[in-house]
Amino acid sequence: MTSPLDLADAHPGPAFTVTLDGRRIEALPGQTVAAALWTAGVASWRSTRGEGRPRGIFCGIGVCFDCLVTVNGRPNQRACLVPVAPDDVIRTQEGTGHDD
Amino acid sequence: MTDRPHLAVIGAGPAGLAATLAAAGHGSRVTLIDSAAEAGGQFYRQPATELHARRPQALHHQWQTWERLRDGLHNHVKAGSVQHLTEHHIWFVERLPRGFAVHALLGPEQQDPATVHADAVLLATGGYEQVLPFPGWTLPGVLTAGGAQAMLKGTLTVPGRRAVVAGTGPLLLPVATGLAAAGVEIVALVESADPRTLLRQSRTLAAHPGKLGEGVLYTGQLLRRRTRTLYHHTVVEAHGTDRVEAVTVAALDAEGRVRPGTERRIPCDTLAVSHGMLAHTDLAESLGCRLDGTHVHVDEEQRTDVPGVWAAGEATGIGGSGLALAEGHIAGNSAAARLADTEPDPGEWAAAAKSRTKLRQFATALDRVYRPPAHWTEQVTDDTVVCRCEEVTAGAVREAVGALGAGDLRTVKLLTRAGMGWCQGRVCGPAVAGLAGCALTASRRPFARPVPLGVLARAGEESAQ
Repeated sequence: MTSPLDLADAHPGPAFTVTLDGRRIEALPGQTVAAALWTAGVASWRSTRGEGRPRGIFCGIGVCFDCLVTVNGRPNQRACLVPVAPDDVIRTQEGTGHDD
Repeated sequence: MTDRPHLAVIGAGPAGLAATLAAAGHGSRVTLIDSAAEAGGQFYRQPATELHARRPQALHHQWQTWERLRDGLHNHVKAGSVQHLTEHHIWFVERLPRGFAVHALLGPEQQDPATVHADAVLLATGGYEQVLPFPGWTLPGVLTAGGAQAMLKGTLTVPGRRAVVAGTGPLLLPVATGLAAAGVEIVALVESADPRTLLRQSRTLAAHPGKLGEGVLYTGQLLRRRTRTLYHHTVVEAHGTDRVEAVTVAALDAEGRVRPGTERRIPCDTLAVSHGMLAHTDLAESLGCRLDGTHVHVDEEQRTDVPGVWAAGEATGIGGSGLALAEGHIAGNSAAARLADTEPDPGEWAAAAKSRTKLRQFATALDRVYRPPAHWTEQVTDDTVVCRCEEVTAGAVREAVGALGAGDLRTVKLLTRAGMGWCQGRVCGPAVAGLAGCALTASRRPFARPVPLGVLARAGEESAQ
C-alpha cells in the first residue's frame, strides 16, 4: 500500500519517542502532535467539558479548537499546530484541562 | 531603504504572495506576515521542512505556479525588498493617526507578542471550511475535507484507511484523489449537487476549459480507481461510539429533501466532509471595512472602503486560487502606486483584471451548482450537537428560536451559548443561522484569535504612548 511518505518521497530524520497518557509512541521530526497521534492510530485526545465526549482533529488548520490537548503540562494546545518534540509528555485533555 | 513606503501583506497564500511580488516589484517595501512556518497558505501548504520531501509536487497541482511564487518571494527576500515573517498569528490590526500597527502572537504557542508598523495593509486572510451538522458529526474520524488535505500536505499523514468524502463543492474531488493517491481507500464520494443543475450552468462553466479540465482529470482518476460516486446524495448520519464506523447516505429529491427508503449504510473509519468555504473577515471587520454579506467589499483596485487597506483572495469572496492570484496582483500594483503617491495605471494589470472578471463569473456559476441540500435542517435531530465548543444541541437552538423568539445569531448565542466557545462561532455560525432561519452575518469579533490578557494589556500601553 502507498503511504503519504512514499508518495512525497519523504526522508525524515530518525523517529523519536514521546508518550501519550504514559504510553510510548514514535514520532517523526517535522510532525505536529496531531500527525504523530494519527500515525500511532489515535483519533481522539480530548474529552469535552459537558458530556465527556471524545474529540480529535476536525478542521486541521487551527480554526475550530476541537483538537485541544495537554502537552508537557500545558493544556489547550491545538494538536494540529504544535510541532511534536522528543520526550514530549502528551496527555488526553479532560474538560478544561485545568482540573488535574 | 527604510524611508520607502511600507506595506504589510497579511497572509502568504496565493493572494498574499501575488500581492507581495507585485508591490515589491513596483518599489514598495513589503512585510509579508503569515501564521505558518512556510509560505503557501492552505492551497500551497508545504510539507514541514524536517520531513525532507523530495516530491512535494505529488500532493499538488499547478506546481509551476507555486515555483514561480516561491522563487519570486525568495529573490525579493534575498534582495531585501521583502521581509517574510513566519509563525506570526495576527489578532488585531490597529488604525493609528498615521498608518497601522499589526499585532501578532508568535509561534505555535501564541503567548509572546510582536507588532509591525506599516503605512498600509493588504488583507489576504483566506478562508476556511463550512460544515453543516448532522447526527454523529462530532465523532472522531469525522473531519473537514480541507482538514484532511491540510494534514496530508503539511504532515504527510492520513486520517484512516477507508474514507467517505462527502458534502458539496469543487474541493471534494481533489481531496478524494489526494487521499486515494496517499493510500486511503475512498469507499464513496457523496456529492449533494444535482447533475442537472450542473448542465444548466454548462455555458458559463464551459467558458473555462482549463478549470473544467481539472475536474475531468480528477474524475478520471476516481474512475480508474472504481470509486463509487453518488451525485444528488447526502450523508444523513455518522455511526460509532468513540470513532466513526459507518455512515448512512441517502438520495435527495428535486426539492433537496432526503428520499425515504433510499438510505444505505457504508462502513468506513473516516468521513471527510465539506459544505463550501467561508471568508476570514475578522481583521477587516475590526478595521471597520464594509462587508458585502460575509466577505470584504472592494473596488476595482481591490481597495476596501477604509483608506490604506486593500483586500484580495477568498476574503473578498470565495473563488479559488486562480482568482486569488489575479486579485492579489491587482491589489499589490494598486497599493505600490498609491503608496508612492502616484495614480495607478489599470493598463498594467489588464490581463489580471480580465481573468478576475471571468473567474468571478465561474465562481458564481459553481455557487449555483454546489449547494448543501435545501432542507438539510430536517435531518438535524434535536439531540445533535450544533455548537461543538459549548456542546449546544439543535434542540436548544430550536427552543431559543421557537419558544423564546430569538431571530438572529446574537440572540441565540445569548440564550444558548452557541458560538460563545473557543472557535467563536466560526464553525457553528452557518448551522445556527440555518436552524434559526436567519442570514449568516459577520460576527464582529473584536479580535481574530484568543489573546493572553497580559499581551492585551501591554498592547494598550504601547499604543497610548
